Amino acid sequence: MYNFDYVRPSSVSDAAQALSNNTDASLVAGGHTLIPTLKQRLAQPSALIDISQLAELKGIRSDGGNIVIGAATTHAEVAGSADVKAAIPALAELANGIGDRQVRHRGTIGGSVANNDPSADYPAALLGLGASVVTNRGRYDADSFFTGLFSTALHPGEIITAVHFPIPDKAGYAKFEQRASRYCLVSVFVAQKSGGIFSSGETRVAVSGAGQNGVFRVAEMEQALQGNFSPSGVSGIKVSSANLMNDMHGAADYRAALITAMAERAVGAASA
Amino acid sequence: MTAQGIGAAVKRREDFRFIKGDGKYTDDINLPNQTYCYFLRSPVAHAAIRNIDISAAQSAPGVVAVFTGADVDASGAGGVPCGWLVTSRDGNPMKEPKHPILAVGKVRHVGDPVVAVIAETLEQARNASELVQMDLDELPAVVNMKSALQGGSSVHEEAADNLCFDWELGDQAATDAALAGAAHVTKLDLVNNRLIPNAMEPRVAIGQYAPGTEDYTLYTTSQNPHVIRLLMGAFVLSIPEHKLRVYAPDVGGGFGSKIYHYAEEALVTWASKHIRRPVKWTSDRSEAFMSDAHGRDHLSHVEMAFDADNRIIALKCETLANMGAYLSTFAPCIPTWLHGTLLAGQYVTPAIYTNVKAVFTNTVPVDAYRGAGRPEATYILERTISKAAQELGVDQAELRRKNFIQPNQFPYQTPVAVVYDTGDYEPALNKAMELADYAAFEQRRAEAKSRGKLRGIGVASYIEACGIAPSSLVGALGARAGLYEAATVRVNPTGSVSVLTGSHSHGQGHETTFAQVVADKLGIDIGNVDIVHGDTDKIPFGMGTYGSRSIAVGGSALVNALDKVIEKGKKIAAHLLEASADDIEFANGAYTVKGTDKSKAFGDIALTAYVPHQYPIETLEPGLEETAFYDPKNFTYPAGTYICEVEIDPQTGSTQIVSFSAADDFGNVINPMIVEGQVHGGVVQGVGQALMENAVYDDNGQLLTGSYMDYTMPRADDVPSFKVATLAGTPCTHNPLGVKGCGEAGAIGAPPAVINAIVDALKEYGIDHIDMPATPEKIWRAINAQPRMAAE
Ligand SMILES: Cc1cc2nc3c(=O)[nH]c(=O)nc-3n(C[C@H](O)[C@H](O)[C@H](O)COP(=O)(O)OP(=O)(O)OC[C@H]3O[C@@H](n4cnc5c(N)ncnc54)[C@H](O)[C@@H]3O)c2cc1C
Repeated sequence: MYNFDYVRPSSVSDAAQALSNNTDASLVAGGHTLIPTLKQRLAQPSALIDISQLAELKGIRSDGGNIVIGAATTHAEVAGSADVKAAIPALAELANGIGDRQVRHRGTIGGSVANNDPSADYPAALLGLGASVVTNRGRYDADSFFTGLFSTALHPGEIITAVHFPIPDKAGYAKFEQRASRYCLVSVFVAQKSGGIFSSGETRVAVSGAGQNGVFRVAEMEQALQGNFSPSGVSGIKVSSANLMNDMHGAADYRAALITAMAERAVGAASA
Repeated sequence: MTAQGIGAAVKRREDFRFIKGDGKYTDDINLPNQTYCYFLRSPVAHAAIRNIDISAAQSAPGVVAVFTGADVDASGAGGVPCGWLVTSRDGNPMKEPKHPILAVGKVRHVGDPVVAVIAETLEQARNASELVQMDLDELPAVVNMKSALQGGSSVHEEAADNLCFDWELGDQAATDAALAGAAHVTKLDLVNNRLIPNAMEPRVAIGQYAPGTEDYTLYTTSQNPHVIRLLMGAFVLSIPEHKLRVYAPDVGGGFGSKIYHYAEEALVTWASKHIRRPVKWTSDRSEAFMSDAHGRDHLSHVEMAFDADNRIIALKCETLANMGAYLSTFAPCIPTWLHGTLLAGQYVTPAIYTNVKAVFTNTVPVDAYRGAGRPEATYILERTISKAAQELGVDQAELRRKNFIQPNQFPYQTPVAVVYDTGDYEPALNKAMELADYAAFEQRRAEAKSRGKLRGIGVASYIEACGIAPSSLVGALGARAGLYEAATVRVNPTGSVSVLTGSHSHGQGHETTFAQVVADKLGIDIGNVDIVHGDTDKIPFGMGTYGSRSIAVGGSALVNALDKVIEKGKKIAAHLLEASADDIEFANGAYTVKGTDKSKAFGDIALTAYVPHQYPIETLEPGLEETAFYDPKNFTYPAGTYICEVEIDPQTGSTQIVSFSAADDFGNVINPMIVEGQVHGGVVQGVGQALMENAVYDDNGQLLTGSYMDYTMPRADDVPSFKVATLAGTPCTHNPLGVKGCGEAGAIGAPPAVINAIVDALKEYGIDHIDMPATPEKIWRAINAQPRMAAE
């Protein structure tokens, strides 16, 4: 690890100020993605601005049809939240399946979403539920937020403050782990909601772990589920392997098959 | 059996300090004025070194010294030696190119150490290493063993064709004749996947030189400190042994990877004299992946011949064994004398022939890893016999039973050099079948099928050769060292006992089991026994711990030393009790005149030995301390049967081990709890090899699985609760405790049991083999490439 300054701001606006004062500074929340990178000397930030303790970024609340989760909320807090378990059990389950106990007690939703690792869990939930990402400067739909591998619509210096998840009628999540890292080799989040809060259609299917450009939706499955929300609705649908990742942990054709399998399971597991 | 003696499930005494964080590992040692070493390693697999410019690094903040291979060479230091010479079938010795401490002329694998940067802090050493300019001229990497042998790029000039040796064992003519006339021949190509050891504690080495006395100390994470002292002192640095102390304190696991003498140990010791300060190196996990010797990595073709009555009549096996870029300490003996000699397994096989070609590649050196040669041999044999059962349409357990060596055939001379002293294989097979409820398996298969799952059951009956071994035999086979073990029993004046043993504990629990042997023999409390190991300044010259040899060889030395103590005590007791020594008996901690109630406690005798006021001083020396060196007469041959049951999800190809049963004959057992723990650990490593672990290099020789993000270790939730039975068994006939050793059995028996179960589950698809590691993708691919055989 190279040397860096450590800054602990007292508010989001302080943090934003600190970021603009320090060229090459980086936010740190749980540190569970950033610190390993620093240890390997793959990054050399001038300063780390620690937002993990900011009260305005923490906590979970239910807010008229939405579950609002502060950016610095840990995976364990999401997994254990009575509000989340009651409103979107699939989201609590997803959080409970991230990494191990230590990771879940440090890693945060804001860090995960900002990082947009193509194998991470949360992006599937955000896209699958049609969530929105709120920052200190504005608000993004999940559909426009995740822009590619490890890249998002965030501008330099922009800080995620919360994620708003619309409460669906039903949602389900199924993850097939890459066995070494236990990140997603393929994971699928499905959600259905009547009333059309979702920007397109009432059923969403989002896939993480597999796409060459990160998390993506499967329109054909969404349409099929619209009429028949059951595992058989998606079992015949195969995603083309053309844009899927192809590496030693899983060839593209295998990942394509797993998308179908995980979609079936996510639908099967979907609960209100 | 007493509550603490031989056979008692005494809790591991050492765990008190380990659990509380009071263990003392090499990295816990910090010496005054210590410096830190960082090794700059080759980023490429194969290149000529054009130039190394260290000038900027030398003047970087905190830097004490920067060394290259040229500096080490100029000092006259030798290369890292190999401890075993294998002779090719044409009579030529193996190719043994020099293994420099720091690369000279060429780099030969990713991770090959090139420059040692020594500074006041590790960060400064690492910062300075980034200023080193390595000008490398990349050469084509030799990665694949088959193409390595076809010429092109050479890892070493001395072996242009990359062939290290071409070895054979057995009767080729008889084997070929039997194959030609066989009623059935089962053929199979097998991969023994390359594994990365991953001991919990990475390697550490601290070199210290004392200018006043010209003494060196090496603190290191070793399984065998005397072996390191011998190899490094005599062959690398020309340090006389009385001037070199090697100390391996608590060591956090080895699995073989800490047997070998490594370049880093030599460099820190060498450098400590140059800079006159201690030099410390601690491997990080990434370094461990690319510098600890790897395991396995064989490709084999096997043919097993049967007569019309389904009896095995011959076995032929051809193997390519990867040596990596340099010969590690015991590398050549693993695919040869620890592999070919096990190919008879538990079966009467009249003719066996094996040929092994060892190949240099631009990869990390490969050496012994838990089981060392025997897992590879067992996999070959046990996979093949289950495939044969499938082809012959007979039950895999019964085909084994039919071919077992019978109890009345022991001692049994195999056609592959070794003689099994004792054994009885059916009880283990029966016990494993009972634990696994083998009889009701087809019902469970049908039930699983109703849930859309594929169930399979796999049997593996392993044998291993442990307790390596008679020095005269291993010497004849090429070992450049003896393989006895030593123990000193030092009875202290107040009757407590310190045992100084050449065996080394790095997870095995010797501090408990060896103490149990002492408590049992001397009738004293286990709390009065201390087991001292790991420090060449304290212990007698011993060969250390590997090959499940500690209790069989080290424990035997201990028993012999204890017997000497008891005998000497008899003479002292005879004097005190005014009787003849022949009339003194020793039992339950007391010396008694036969047929009387006149007796003296062991503690009284100890005190008398050190306070010899009333003592037969003309005929007996004072003191009570005895040493024994024990050289075994033969290997020991633990054996057993493992049965694995799996359930496969055909949609994803993922395998769940639903049941695993192990029945082992380890001879006599000192501590059944520790033995069971060893079986558990070994089985998990075997499951790791069978299902997930795999070191992958790309075509350029880059290690793709260089971290836990990509290299899959088995975890607790990958395995079920095991059913383990340690049988009363057949005690070893040639060592005093009748023990055989249990440290590797699990890793030897588990891989074929798991793969046999998977293939059994998949047989309805016409699948007759799947390579390790049997990942979900591989299984999914096998299922989807084959037409379904059975109608749904
Ligand atoms: C062993 C291990 C296993 C893991 N397994 C999984 C897994 O199974 N699934 C999975 O999805 N993830 C997994 N992770 C990743 C884990 O969830 C991380 O914690 C998470 O991805 C990043 O969150 P963090 O709070 O630790 O972020 P940090 O490491 O602190 O930061 C990550 C990046 O996000 C930026 N950032 C952080 N917070 C904000 C914010 N509020 N606004 C803008 N930018 C911000 C930082 O500047 C940095 O660039 C694993 C991690 C480890 C170490």
